[in-house]
Amino acid sequence: MRTRGWLTKLSSRAKRGIWGLSGARPSPDSSSLALLGMTEMFFKRSAQLLALALAVFAVLGAGDESARVNDLGHRMMCVCGCNQILLECNHVGCAYSERMRAELIAAVDRGDNDDLTLQGFVQKYGTTVMAAPTKTGFNRVAWIMPYLVLVLGIAMVAVIVRAWRSRPLVLPAGAVGAVHGAELEHFRAQARKDTEI
Amino acid sequence: MSQIGSFALLLALALCAYSFLAGILALVSKAPSSERLGETARRAGIASFAVVFLAAVVLVVAAFQNDFSIAYIFHHSNRDLPAPYKFATLWSGQEGSLLFWALLLSAYGLVLRLRYKTDVRLFAHASVIIAAVQVFFLLLLNFAANPFGVMQGALPADGTGLNPLLQYPEMVIHPPMLYLGYVGFTVPFAFALAALIMRYPGEKWIQITRRWTMVTWGFLTCGVFLGAHWAYSVLGWGGYWGWDPVENASLMPWLTGTAFLHSVMMQEKRGMLKTWNMWLIFSTFMLSIFGTFLTRSGVVSSVHAFAQSSIGDWFVAFLAIIFATCLFFYVKNRSHLRTEHKLESLISRESSFLFNNLLLLVACFTVLWGTLFPVLSEWVQGTKVTVGPPFFNRVNVPVALLLLLLTAVGPLLAWRRTSVESLKRNFLWPAIGALATGVLLVALGMKPWKDVSYFYSLMTIMLSALVALTVISEFVRGGRVIGRHTGQNLFASMVQLAHRNTRRYGGYIVHFGVIVIMIGFAGSVFNQDKEQEMGFGDKLTIGAYTLVCQSYTQDDNPNYGSEWAVMNVFKDGKQIATLNPERRFYKASQQTSTMVANRSTPQEDLYVVYEGQNPQTGRPIIKVHLNPLVMWIWIGVWIIIAGTIVALIPSAVPVRVPAPARMRAEPVGAGD
Repeated sequence: MRTRGWLTKLSSRAKRGIWGLSGARPSPDSSSLALLGMTEMFFKRSAQLLALALAVFAVLGAGDESARVNDLGHRMMCVCGCNQILLECNHVGCAYSERMRAELIAAVDRGDNDDLTLQGFVQKYGTTVMAAPTKTGFNRVAWIMPYLVLVLGIAMVAVIVRAWRSRPLVLPAGAVGAVHGAELEHFRAQARKDTEI
Repeated sequence: MSQIGSFALLLALALCAYSFLAGILALVSKAPSSERLGETARRAGIASFAVVFLAAVVLVVAAFQNDFSIAYIFHHSNRDLPAPYKFATLWSGQEGSLLFWALLLSAYGLVLRLRYKTDVRLFAHASVIIAAVQVFFLLLLNFAANPFGVMQGALPADGTGLNPLLQYPEMVIHPPMLYLGYVGFTVPFAFALAALIMRYPGEKWIQITRRWTMVTWGFLTCGVFLGAHWAYSVLGWGGYWGWDPVENASLMPWLTGTAFLHSVMMQEKRGMLKTWNMWLIFSTFMLSIFGTFLTRSGVVSSVHAFAQSSIGDWFVAFLAIIFATCLFFYVKNRSHLRTEHKLESLISRESSFLFNNLLLLVACFTVLWGTLFPVLSEWVQGTKVTVGPPFFNRVNVPVALLLLLLTAVGPLLAWRRTSVESLKRNFLWPAIGALATGVLLVALGMKPWKDVSYFYSLMTIMLSALVALTVISEFVRGGRVIGRHTGQNLFASMVQLAHRNTRRYGGYIVHFGVIVIMIGFAGSVFNQDKEQEMGFGDKLTIGAYTLVCQSYTQDDNPNYGSEWAVMNVFKDGKQIATLNPERRFYKASQQTSTMVANRSTPQEDLYVVYEGQNPQTGRPIIKVHLNPLVMWIWIGVWIIIAGTIVALIPSAVPVRVPAPARMRAEPVGAGD
């Protein structure tokens, strides 16, 4: 509720700001100084808008606590050895998952941001608590490799295609020679007709 | 009992070793008697099936007779275990499942060796390779993981029982299906290596191999999805795929096998991708072995922790031998694998297959990489990291979407080249239909801008619509042409069309099944769940459903004690079902297990788990998941099975494969 109140205030300010920009239009006979002022005003208002947008996004990100718990809880594993995502561990009486969930909810209630919350869990339970490798240090390799392989694969396919396209056609001994132009199109049309089904 | 089993395994090893050595001698020797020697090798291979079968029967009979003098039976069975699970004891533990591997391999070998007249020399080579694989598994069974090892000391009165997670009907069929898939890839591997060794002329071996691969691929598909269904029904976490290393192990050969089934068509039709296909089938077989290694070695932590041991070194050595053998013969005979044709156009079926293969292999690499990264991380930085669903989903979902796009476009492309006009003509209406589907979904409230998962879900459904429409348009277009000639109605014409080219239209049906599965996956974005302590009369509302707890009941039988809830389900104020989520306590193993109650409809699954009682309050905890579109996944699998069966039926108009001139000139079997 508190968050929503803040959001309302911000959005009402936002409305005033936008409205103010459009309302404070200078007179047509203004001098170049006035034009400079207008430009300055434009940048000032833009900066305000940008700051406002960032603030709104920050508040939006922090606003829905249950969504945050859900998101963070799906980015961590239960460490009891069940190999399940924290929020999906369904062992009643599990020595870890219930305590970890309570700690997660407490961290979100305290207002800890995502990084701080996750770092806290890593410090307490070790790196295996994260459900996916972090994007730091050697762990970056985990994320880069599949894309690298994809790019290399595409490059390899391109090379293969290039080689195939430039390859001279080898005809078996006694085979009919290659046909071109209108004759080839005639054969193609006939083949299409023959193989329509 | 154990002595009969042990003797059978030893005899089987001797027979397979003979089949391997005599087979090689017969193939190498130029002596006139080599033919008879080869025949004895073939017969020894056939006899190995009978002996391995005897060993398997002995183990099953020991389970039924509660022969706890055999350590394996003591650890995986108990007196009160129901009969179907006693039968499943055969593959419930490590030693038994290795015996089951050997049994299935010898059964595949039996079929191959009985059909040797198709091409005597090719089949003789393949038989020797299969015998080599048999020797490996029988060495393991005799010297590292003997299922007939006896208990030391006084005989126990009862066994420790089967793992409760395995006491579920699907576990009686899931492992056999999966193993039929894993083991089955030995046959295409054997044919491919045989063809490479003997520099087999023409593509006949490809036809034989493709058929075997399709059967094997069908089994593996069933096995993978039966495993997913088992996880969904037994593990009780509301999902069907957790990217567990053992699940990944089954997915990897499936991906490379799928790539092979596509790219092999290029070799059949155009004489292209010969090296690629050879290595694809080699990789598929090696990944099958690697999967067994992952399942059995405990090198990575997994929920499938019921079968870990230290036989990993054997598998590593075997994998090294396979790789070295494949590499040796490839280097020796690679000139035989030269491509015969050139690529005429980028807009062609050939290039679509290339990209299809690329994406399938990238997906396979991602799965392999993610599975092994924890080991690599520990090795490099000294700390283990977890690579779980967020990693696999993030990398593989975009790849899957690209694959779906290719599935839609590929069939519309002709071999050699396709004109842009023809592509436009065939693609226009399906594309409009897919876009309309997207617009409709957004109008109905789907917000792809809200989260990337919603975007992926929308794209999946749109691309699935695109594939469905292209498949339907292919059937309708062909059906109309036949209808015009025969005067039959459209449906009869389409049936005839499929019968004329079963491989092509069976393939389309498989594609249709795949998109139905993908739609099922797309539904997971909208999953909801709720957990609540529920006493008598308590209510829980989720989505349009209200669950009212009526009572809790207990029961007891010799195998397990159970406790279950009686929950009435209401929708729009009307009672629509009664569900009984259950929790069991297995006496022999002293372990608990959940039995999920699931009300499944095409729209959604109402999935109810009785999680047990809160230790503090003593009140029962009920967790309810509302999982949309899950039924589509299982329907999709049935469609894939139907498509595979259609593709295996011989076409009414046989598909002609051009053979090179020298192939036609030589008698059958004169491969060398």
